[in-house]
Amino acid sequence: MARRSVSILNRLLANPPSPFTALSRSITYMPRPGDGAPRTVTLIPGDGIGPLVTGAVEQVMEAMHAPVHFERYEVLGHMRKVPEEVIESVKRNKVCLKGGLATPVGGGVSSLNMQLRKELDIFASLVNCINVPGLVTRHENVDIVVIRENTEGEYSGLEHEVVPGVVESLKVITKFCSERIARYAFEYAYLNNRKKVTAVHKANIMKLADGLFLESCREVAKHYPGITYNEIIVDNCCMQLVAKPEQFDVMVTPNLYGNLVANTAAGIAGGTGVMPGGNVGAEHAIFEQGASAGNVGNDKIVEQKKANPVALLLSSAMMLRHLRFPTFADRLETAVKQVIQEGKYRTKDLGGDCTTQEVVDAVIAALE
Amino acid sequence: MSRQSLSLLKNLRSIATGSKIQTRSVTYMPRPGDGKPRPVTLIPGDGVGPLVTNAVEQVMEAMHAPVYFEPFEVHGDMKSLPAGLLESIKKNKVCLKGGLKTPVGGGVSSLNVNLRKELDLFASLVNCFNLPGLASRHENVDIVVIRENTEGEYAGLEHEVVPGVVESLKVITKFCSERIAKYAFEYAYLNNRKKVTAVHKANIMKLADGLFLESCQEVAKKYPSIAYNEIIVDNCCMQLVARPEQFDVMVTPNLYGNLVANTAAGIAGGTGVMPGGNVGAEYAVFEQGASAGNVGKDTTEEQKNANPVALLLSSAMMLRHLQFPSFADRLETAVKRVISEGKCRTEDLGGNSTTQEVVDAVIANLD
Repeated sequence: MARRSVSILNRLLANPPSPFTALSRSITYMPRPGDGAPRTVTLIPGDGIGPLVTGAVEQVMEAMHAPVHFERYEVLGHMRKVPEEVIESVKRNKVCLKGGLATPVGGGVSSLNMQLRKELDIFASLVNCINVPGLVTRHENVDIVVIRENTEGEYSGLEHEVVPGVVESLKVITKFCSERIARYAFEYAYLNNRKKVTAVHKANIMKLADGLFLESCREVAKHYPGITYNEIIVDNCCMQLVAKPEQFDVMVTPNLYGNLVANTAAGIAGGTGVMPGGNVGAEHAIFEQGASAGNVGNDKIVEQKKANPVALLLSSAMMLRHLRFPTFADRLETAVKQVIQEGKYRTKDLGGDCTTQEVVDAVIAALE
Repeated sequence: MSRQSLSLLKNLRSIATGSKIQTRSVTYMPRPGDGKPRPVTLIPGDGVGPLVTNAVEQVMEAMHAPVYFEPFEVHGDMKSLPAGLLESIKKNKVCLKGGLKTPVGGGVSSLNVNLRKELDLFASLVNCFNLPGLASRHENVDIVVIRENTEGEYAGLEHEVVPGVVESLKVITKFCSERIAKYAFEYAYLNNRKKVTAVHKANIMKLADGLFLESCQEVAKKYPSIAYNEIIVDNCCMQLVARPEQFDVMVTPNLYGNLVANTAAGIAGGTGVMPGGNVGAEYAVFEQGASAGNVGKDTTEEQKNANPVALLLSSAMMLRHLQFPSFADRLETAVKRVISEGKCRTEDLGGNSTTQEVVDAVIANLD
C-alpha cells in the first residue's frame, strides 16, 4: 500500500498543479465584433523612478501583444501647470497611465498630481491593499479597498496668510462631492461582491464638515440593504488597521484621511511598491501606483534602477480591465503573482536585491 | 508512513483534480454609474424553454444582479416574430432566450433563424469544455466553435423547379465569410487562444467553400501569433471523436458549424451543459450553446427535469457581455461547484434531480 502511494505521490509531485494556471482558461468572454481594436492610452512617465516603472509596463504590454498603444507626454513635477496638450490627450483617450510627479515642498507651486485630478474631475481614488501570496508580512488576511475622495477636503489648496505669521487653510466639504464618492463606494462594493463599507471620519471634532460627509454616506447606504455599513473615527481606525485589519473591507474616506489610511493599509499588506490602484471620474480614468502616488523614489534607487515595478504593473492590469480586455489583465496579474510567489526576483523594498529590469524579464518569462 | 502518505495523497489529489473550485480575486474598477440595472429581453420559448429561463430568473434574483428581464411570449408555430419583440431587443441590445420549436417541413421558416437574420447576429459561439466532476469519454476538451449564422446552407432559398425536383441554394459571400473570420481571430486574440481551424469541404464545393477559405486565409495573415490551419469537415468529425485536444477555436460556415458544435458539445458532456451565444455588430442573443432549437421531449417537460446548466452558463456569458464580471464569476463558480459535487444532476447527466433542485443547489452555493 505504501509502495503504491509513493509512486502516485511521485507522479503528482512531478507535475505540481500550479495554483495560478487555474485562473486563465475557464472563462468565456464573448466580445462584440470590433472589440479587439487597439486603444490609445496617454502615458506620463513622470519624475524620478517614474520613467523606469512606466518603461516596465510598456515592455510587458509589448510582450503580451496587448491591444493598447501609448501616447507619451513629458511632464515634470517642477512645471507650473500640466501642459494643455496632455489634458487634451487624456480627454481624447479617456484613460491615462502615469508614473509619479514630484511635488516641491512649500513655495506655492501646486501639485501637478492634484491639478490633473481636478481638471479632469477625477473624484474617486481607489487602492486595493491585499496580501500577495508569497510575500510575508506581519498581518494576514488583509483585503482592503480604500476609496478616497480626490478633489476637495483638506486638499482644496485654498490657503492665505491672514496677517504675517498667521495662515489659514480651508478644508471644504460639499454635499455634492460627498454624495458622489459615497455612491461610487457602494456601487463598487455591489459590483465587486464586497460585504461591508466603512466610513472613516472625525466628526466628533469637525462636527459640521465630517458630519456632512457622514450624512451623505448614510443616505446612500439606505439604497444598498445588502451591504453592511458602519462608521469609524479615523484615529481608532488607524489603530484597528494595525491591530485587526481583517475587519475592514471597503473604506470610504474624505481626502486627507484617505491618503493616510491608504498608505497605512498598503504598508501592512506588503508595501506601497506592490499595491495597485487608480483614479476614476465620470468620464476619465488615470492609473498609477496605488498609494503614495507622488512618491518618486530617492536618487539612489533611480541610479541603481532598482524601483519596484509591481505596483504599476498591477495597476496597468486594472487599466486593462477598465478598457475591457479581461484576458490580458488576467495573464498579466497571473504572471506578476507567480513572480512574487517564487520569490527569486524581488526588488529591495521586498527584501531582495534585483533591478527593475530583472523583475520585468521574469514577468515576461512567466506570461503564457 | 502509509497513513501519512494517504492523507497527503488525498490532499494532492483534490488539488490536482481541482475539486476545490477557486474564486477569483481580481480588482475591477468600474466607471461611476456602471452599477445601474440593465434591461434584458427574455424569450421563454417552447417546451422546456420556460422552465430553464425561469431557472435563470431565480438565480439572477438571488444574486441581486443588476439585470431585469422584459419577457415576451414567442412560440415556434407563429408565422413571424411578434411586433414589439424586435423593438425591445433593439432597445436593450441583449436578449436571453429558451428554445423555439421549428416545425418540420410545411414551409414555415424557423423563428430562431429569423431572429438571427433580422438582427444580423452573424456569429454563433459555443464553448465546449470538460466540466470538472463530469466524467466523459474524452478528456482535455476545450473547443470554441464559431459558426457563421446568416447564410450558407441556411439561406432559406428553396424552390421546386418542376414537380418532384427541388433546388436549395447554398449562398456564400465574401462579405459574410470575412466578417466571421475576423470575429473568430479577434475572439482568439482577446481570449488568449493559440489556434484557429477552418472547417470546410472545398475539395467538393470548390467555389463556395473555397471563397470561405480564402477569406479565412486573408484574415489569418493579420494575426501572425495565432496558428491557423484548415480541415475538411468529414475528417474533422472523425478527429473530434478521436483526438479532440488538437482543436482550439474552430471557424465554420453555417451547416458544418451546427454539426461540429453539436458533436463537440456531446463529447464534452452534452448539449445540456455547454454555454453559448449569438452576437452581431450591435445586438447579442444568449441561449443554450448547441442545439438551441431543442425544446426537449414531452416527458422532460412534464417531469420538469430539464437541465438548466447550459442556460445558466450562457447567462454568465451574458453578464460578462454586459460588463458585470463579478456576478458572472459568482454564477459560474456556483454552477461548477454544484456539478463537481455531483449530488444534484438532471437525467441527461446521469442523475435524477429536477430543474428546481439544481437551481436551489446553485443558489445555495452562491457566495
